[in-house]
Amino acid sequence: MRYMVRVLVKFKAGVADPQGRTILAALHSLGYEGVRDVRAGKLFELVVEGTDEDAVRSRVEEMCGRLLANPVLEDYEVSVLRALAGEGR
Amino acid sequence: MKFGVVVFPGSNCDADCYWVIERVLRQPVRYLWHGDGEIPDVDCVILPGGFSYGDYLRAGAIARFSPIMRAVAQFAANGGLVLGICNGFQILLEAGLLPGAMRPNDSLRFRCCPTWLKVERYDTPFTCAVPRGRTLRIPIAHFEGNYYADPQQLRQLQRERQVVFRYATRDGRVVPEANPNGSLDNIAGIVNRAGNVLGMMPHPERCAEAVLGGEDGRYVFESLIAYWQQKAGDGPR
Repeated sequence: MRYMVRVLVKFKAGVADPQGRTILAALHSLGYEGVRDVRAGKLFELVVEGTDEDAVRSRVEEMCGRLLANPVLEDYEVSVLRALAGEGR
Repeated sequence: MKFGVVVFPGSNCDADCYWVIERVLRQPVRYLWHGDGEIPDVDCVILPGGFSYGDYLRAGAIARFSPIMRAVAQFAANGGLVLGICNGFQILLEAGLLPGAMRPNDSLRFRCCPTWLKVERYDTPFTCAVPRGRTLRIPIAHFEGNYYADPQQLRQLQRERQVVFRYATRDGRVVPEANPNGSLDNIAGIVNRAGNVLGMMPHPERCAEAVLGGEDGRYVFESLIAYWQQKAGDGPR
């Protein structure tokens, strides 16, 4: 089976995020004063082959720990979105 | 003393390092290719500045998996001297050979300017020839030099005295105004616990000749040679 997997990587809580801070200031300067915080991150969409959802998830979590995220700075969230129809059966 | 300078796809200070070692310090030097899995007979490996693999994802994140980095890790584990400059420092962090990580500069600007460095240790192979008390003027040129370590790592850095260079004023005061990138504790360079691997954001190879406007960078290279000669003189070769 092939699965569509979405990985969200962002700075850990407590790690200053210069991009988020600058975007926040830009939003304020546009008049969006109600915005209290912005955290910038990275989004990856992967198409991954695997026997089932759990196997795919644990494989992608391993990829996050080794490459997609830097564990010193960043947290990651893995979402297995769906099995892709008509592929790899 | 034999030097090797690693060439990654995108390295652009490799020739500067090579020049300084060969023409200024008159030592043998060779290039090491990122795709090679072995390090030939050298006494010090330099990971130069520039870029590597486009620095996609994060600076150094892809380079750390190149074949030469497995060899560099082994070389370092055996006590070999490793100097990572700028992108080379970023690669050493990503490879886990040094603790911590780099964030984009707090200004979100590429900073290219001279900095003053307070030398925190003179007992390393990279600083043993620096005159005591001298603040070094060495330029930086980077977008991701905003050093971060988690609280546990920071405590360890302090306990083990691993911070070698801090951004400072000309007279050596470590103050926020002297910090060009937001780096934690003004950290500009650190060593591993064993003391044989140094990473630094400033570029000593860019200021090793008077014609370039400064010679303070030469102290880093001269320290390596002094350390190595001392070691060679101490015991059987």
